[in-house]
Amino acid sequence: MLSQHLVILPLLIPMLAALLQLLPWGDEPQRYRRAIGMTSCVALIAVAILLLLQSQHGPSVYALGSWQAPYGIVIVADKLSALMVLLTALLALPVLWYACYGEDNLGSHFQALFQFQLLGILGAFLTGDLFNLFVFFEILLISSYALLMHGGGKQKLRATLHYVLLNLTGSAIFLIALGVIYGITGTLNMADLAHKVASLQADDAHIARVGGLLLLIVFALKAALLPLYFWLPQAYAMTTGTVAALFAIMTKVGIYAIIRVFTLIFGDDSGAAALLGYEWLWWLGLGTLAIGALGVIGSRDLRLVIAYLVVISVGTMLTTFSMNSERSITAVMYYMLHSTFITAALFLIVDVVAKQRGKTASRIVKGRKMAQHAILGMMFFAAAIAIIGMPPFSGFIGKLFILEAARTGAQVALLWPLVLGSTFLVMISLSRAGSRMFWHTFDGKPGDVSHPTGQLVAIGLLLLAIIGLTIFAGSISTFINGIAYDVMHPASYIEAVLGEGYSNE
Amino acid sequence: MEALYAVTVGMLTACSIYLILRGRSFPIVIGITMLSYAVNLFLFSTGRLVLNQLPIIGNQSEYTDPLPQALVLTAIVIGFAMTAYSIILAVRVRGELGTDEVNEPNQNDGEAQR
Repeated sequence: MLSQHLVILPLLIPMLAALLQLLPWGDEPQRYRRAIGMTSCVALIAVAILLLLQSQHGPSVYALGSWQAPYGIVIVADKLSALMVLLTALLALPVLWYACYGEDNLGSHFQALFQFQLLGILGAFLTGDLFNLFVFFEILLISSYALLMHGGGKQKLRATLHYVLLNLTGSAIFLIALGVIYGITGTLNMADLAHKVASLQADDAHIARVGGLLLLIVFALKAALLPLYFWLPQAYAMTTGTVAALFAIMTKVGIYAIIRVFTLIFGDDSGAAALLGYEWLWWLGLGTLAIGALGVIGSRDLRLVIAYLVVISVGTMLTTFSMNSERSITAVMYYMLHSTFITAALFLIVDVVAKQRGKTASRIVKGRKMAQHAILGMMFFAAAIAIIGMPPFSGFIGKLFILEAARTGAQVALLWPLVLGSTFLVMISLSRAGSRMFWHTFDGKPGDVSHPTGQLVAIGLLLLAIIGLTIFAGSISTFINGIAYDVMHPASYIEAVLGEGYSNE
Repeated sequence: MEALYAVTVGMLTACSIYLILRGRSFPIVIGITMLSYAVNLFLFSTGRLVLNQLPIIGNQSEYTDPLPQALVLTAIVIGFAMTAYSIILAVRVRGELGTDEVNEPNQNDGEAQR
């Protein structure tokens, strides 16, 4: 009974939690809302683990309302989706925990918006239907519009306006792409599309390619690939630390969508539309990597530095993905786990640092000593080592996988210098920031703002995830290798969704 | 009919792109609304343009595809909410920043303050 309905639970839990949180809860509503939110996040982790175990025996398919695919909408949890669900759940818990110490009081309905945001993200990971993906993107976007504004302020307003207008245009392009694809193939179910697109001929295949490239534009906007990344640094740097930390998963939604659609529908065996857009991803990814590195070295605010680190990670992952081998997808997935946790941890650390420094906030200038100087310094140091990619943390292992994934001479010649060069620039920038903010402080008494231990523990949990990724790197990479195999051989996914023998029709 | 339909969608899209590229939030919001009209019309046409037929297979030789209509309905609802949000946001921006320019009128000042 439970195992049958397990797949839908990651969507039901945050939705119910959000609806409950919206109820009027008397004089002290925030207490109940926090309890509901934390319960939902813990339950999500449990469900995600069960889902991951279940996905080992093949993809689980949930036909909503028992309408069979390709006519009805299906929710599919294969290994890739299940891992992304677990990643989201593991990220959400510490971030929400951190937010519960007063950050959620800065604006109304933070707690409910947080759950709706989770609903959108998890839905995007689990859905097996392109139009449904659009709907979950919109759920995710409208909550993110409100969350970006959380806390108010003039700087946030402008960054939010840019983000909203860009994404509204993106949604329109998404719909055009869906229309083009539906008009040619007559279906929007991803597994069914994989079949139909592969058998398209001549002119029809060209139109499907147009639809596919339009989809790539939309996903690239979400992922913040080169010409479409300009919204990201301002938006992430201006918003509150918690929201930025939660948004560490947002660019990954775009990357997940690219991996899913461009291996399943426009993958190796898609006939005339095979390997659509891979060349674009390779060059634009490299460009994103370079621009991100320049942004990191040129920023004078630590928040902005971290926002550009997100851009670098996007470029790294999409370039690696475009090499299109099992090895490269393994590298992308490992790096995705690593970069989500570490970016979130860094955004939270900078949030704490900025509050404790007072007037100088997160600007990279000499400032007063912080109340919890030593512990923050240690956390920043560990996180910086991890994101730079120096041993002993998972960043090093992740970069190693990525460098290993480059096989041909041309790939090595372009990828290695750019990845290593950006690593060098990030190292310079972070060591400059670290030494100015933690070592070159003014003499005299430290600031009097200090944070409760609980918030530091929440950050500690994210760093613990990094250490876990490092210690169990061997078994995790073996597991991810299984995902990469499934992604490169989508036959089992298609069979699970459409039932056996469908391909013979 | 197809040609007229295509020209209509094309004109709407062209006008909306012109408006979206303007520098102030009001024309941009109007442009995005117009773009969503164009997109909805386009989505509607993806089931092919058929006149006076039922959306049921088997009763008659010709039928109209019901799915694009359902898609358009969903897109309209979502577009409506998004438009409402963007208008409110544009009003807030106008109120709090005192200008409806989408980009900071003086970019360099903002950079120096950070």
